[in-house]
Amino acid sequence: MSQFLQQMINGLSLGSIYALIALGYTMVYGIIKLINFAHGDIYMLGAYVAFITTTYFGFSFFPAMIASMVVCGILGVIIERIAYKPLRHATRIAALITAIGVSYVLEYTTQYVMGSEVKTYPTLLSSATFTLGPVTVSMQQIYIFAITIFLMIALQLIIKKTKMGRAMRAVSVDEDAAKLMGINVDTTISFTFLLGSSLAGVAGILVGIYYNSIDPLMGMVPGLKAFIAAVFGGIGSVPGAMIGGLFIGIAETMVVAYGSSLYRDAIVYLILILILIIKPDGLLGKNQREKV
Amino acid sequence: MEPILQVKNLTKNFGGLCAVSNVSMKINPGELIGLIGPNGAGKTTLFNLLTGVYEPSSGLIEFDNDGKKVQLGGLKPYKITAYGIARTFQNIRLFKTMTVLENVKVAMHKNIRYGTLAAIFRLPSYYSEEQWVEEKACELLKEVGLYGKRNEQATNLPYGEQRRLEIARALAIQPKILFLDEPAAGMNPQETAQLTDLIHRIRDKYNLTIILIEHDMSLVMKICERIYVLDYGKLIADGNPEEIRNNEFVIKAYLGEEI
Amino acid sequence: MPKQLLCKENLAWLGSAIVIFVVCSLLMNAGIINSYYQITLYNICINIILAVSLNLVIGICGQFSLGHAGFMCIGAYCAGIVTKMMPNFGGFMIGLLIGFVISAIVALIVSIPTLRLKGDYLAIATLGFAEIIRIVVQNMEITNGAAGLSGIPRLTTWPLLLAGVVISLIVVCNFTRSAPGRACLSIREDEIASEAMGINTTRYKVIAFVIGAILASMAGALFACNFYVINPTQFTFNRSIDILVMVVFGGMGSMTSSVIAAAAIGVLNMILQNFSDIRMIIYGLALVIIMIFKPSGLLGTREFSFKKLLNRRKEK
Repeated sequence: MSQFLQQMINGLSLGSIYALIALGYTMVYGIIKLINFAHGDIYMLGAYVAFITTTYFGFSFFPAMIASMVVCGILGVIIERIAYKPLRHATRIAALITAIGVSYVLEYTTQYVMGSEVKTYPTLLSSATFTLGPVTVSMQQIYIFAITIFLMIALQLIIKKTKMGRAMRAVSVDEDAAKLMGINVDTTISFTFLLGSSLAGVAGILVGIYYNSIDPLMGMVPGLKAFIAAVFGGIGSVPGAMIGGLFIGIAETMVVAYGSSLYRDAIVYLILILILIIKPDGLLGKNQREKV
Repeated sequence: MEPILQVKNLTKNFGGLCAVSNVSMKINPGELIGLIGPNGAGKTTLFNLLTGVYEPSSGLIEFDNDGKKVQLGGLKPYKITAYGIARTFQNIRLFKTMTVLENVKVAMHKNIRYGTLAAIFRLPSYYSEEQWVEEKACELLKEVGLYGKRNEQATNLPYGEQRRLEIARALAIQPKILFLDEPAAGMNPQETAQLTDLIHRIRDKYNLTIILIEHDMSLVMKICERIYVLDYGKLIADGNPEEIRNNEFVIKAYLGEEI
Repeated sequence: MPKQLLCKENLAWLGSAIVIFVVCSLLMNAGIINSYYQITLYNICINIILAVSLNLVIGICGQFSLGHAGFMCIGAYCAGIVTKMMPNFGGFMIGLLIGFVISAIVALIVSIPTLRLKGDYLAIATLGFAEIIRIVVQNMEITNGAAGLSGIPRLTTWPLLLAGVVISLIVVCNFTRSAPGRACLSIREDEIASEAMGINTTRYKVIAFVIGAILASMAGALFACNFYVINPTQFTFNRSIDILVMVVFGGMGSMTSSVIAAAAIGVLNMILQNFSDIRMIIYGLALVIIMIFKPSGLLGTREFSFKKLLNRRKEK
């Protein structure tokens, strides 16, 4: 039982990171119906930005996190403007291929500049641990929980309470109608990318701390898993992405703990296929059908 | 005479919205029926139910397949089509980048008797069937006056010709019942007159039962023998054009209540 | 044999295949195509098969699959395992057939649930399936796990390889120009209209998917028996993207352009061999630029056809 609880804690902290990435997928998909394949690489770049600022400029944890958020946010907006904007009314497949292209460019440019070898992350947080009854919680995990919860509340407030958030919701329902109501659609979409990408930046630094190592291709698999989390929760739904992220994190941790670590990735793909077959709209997604 | 298509208490709900409510119809072989009603009355939804695009929430759709009664409700569209029920679409849905001829050939699919292996290995059945398909498709295109444009991409045809191609494509199914969803939409009076002729001609030539949705009242009143009127998903009247023209419910539905 | 098979255009195709075969054989014997260029040539042929088979699924049927590497993986491992036990042509054929059967069965299992999904969802689901195939291979005993198979006999010869290319082209082109092929094209164009025209859309999507999978497994078998060594990391998502890049570069729906794109990318890979990072950056940029400026690919849907060529000459 204590092992189970311990694994729950580990799963929740991994899941929080997935949830942060999944939010970016779900917001972008919600607003322009694009699977932003490059989102996983934005998160990889977040990890690298934090690595560079801490190693070479001596930043501590929070300034490094802010730096990742800013760089990733800006990068997300630039990518949207250059690569996705011209394709906003193209087929979804064309947009998906573009996103794969952007992902390749980000991965291999990083590899070209930083080298393909795995880099060890500096110790940014104390490795102190606390024992709470049967389970052990590390300082890192506490940080991960606290930051994730804080950001999710902040995000919910932005979406529900601010003017920009209302514009985001309006554009995701009907772009043309939103435009007619005087909403600047381009700015709204850019803002969505800014939010999603800066959350991915945070996820980047957190994962660097969690796994202690980073490499240029680290974004692909967690990126896919986060996407699966978004699909699981119902793509386009913000609370869905959070639930999905936590679920995937826990499922993966449990498979490693009680099954075989060899199948840790397979279980996630299996979850994806099951959810797509049983309830393609996800847990909290809305059913959409084509008008004939 | 046994009706060829009988609809009993058909209902379709989308969430809380009742798009088609308790509709019953009897359609006899060879009839030319009009389905009219204000915008949003549920006409296209009714077509979509009858052709399998949507599954009915409740009610029956009974088709008389050469003396044998078949339930169509909830069947997949391609199975309903296989019984000889064809349709056109309100917002034209041609296979845009395929040629005019290929568009017609696609619809002949169920009558082509060779399979994937015969196609890949080019067995004799492939050649004989393809020859027959080619001839038959050309014949249908001549019928609607598009033979000269058979090698053009469907998307390059002018609007009126696209509507005619949709009719030719539906005829390629060799249907018993043909559903036309606003066939005259966007046509000028001359094109509408040609369309009227075409509809009469194909009905006689192919022994069709035709049901059409149309907003052009002069067309409906001129060619339909019987008219059903839908309003807010409910059937409010049926009868011949003269009866419909004088029906007070119909007038109210179209013009609103007098204050 | 129907006399239509012996028409001028088919003879022209047969003639050009023989010419390519003879010329390349002579060049190889004369040493002008040395062993270094030969690797490139062989790679190009394998890639042509992969690109053409993926183009059938994506370009003709309009179903966006990102899982092609999974079927190549099945074919490669089947051929590798059998030929290690039976290192001769017979062994290769048996391995090839086993690969066909397994990949067809897997394709059926994969396609029936996933092909109900549309567009981008389908892409992710097929990607997931391909990764599951790879992970299963990585964890099986008979496949020697993550280390992979080594010492596979080199049975892929030039005639065999060219035969593979010719067969896959014939299969895909004949399929496309037939009633089932037209059904697939109509699904690509408008699935709802297609179903209303009496086409069992699921059935034809599955057929296209299974043919694509079988051809990909053939490419995998030729691949395994050419390079001595195979391991699961050769069949990741990146391999699927490589194949996709060829299909997209050339133009979705055109087999001619898949062949040309596979050849061009093969040569490009050879030139940029020592700059693999830059190569990948170029691919990424090219994908973005093509999608923005010419989403139909460099050649669009145009096909090279002897029939048109012969007819044009007659008109003159």
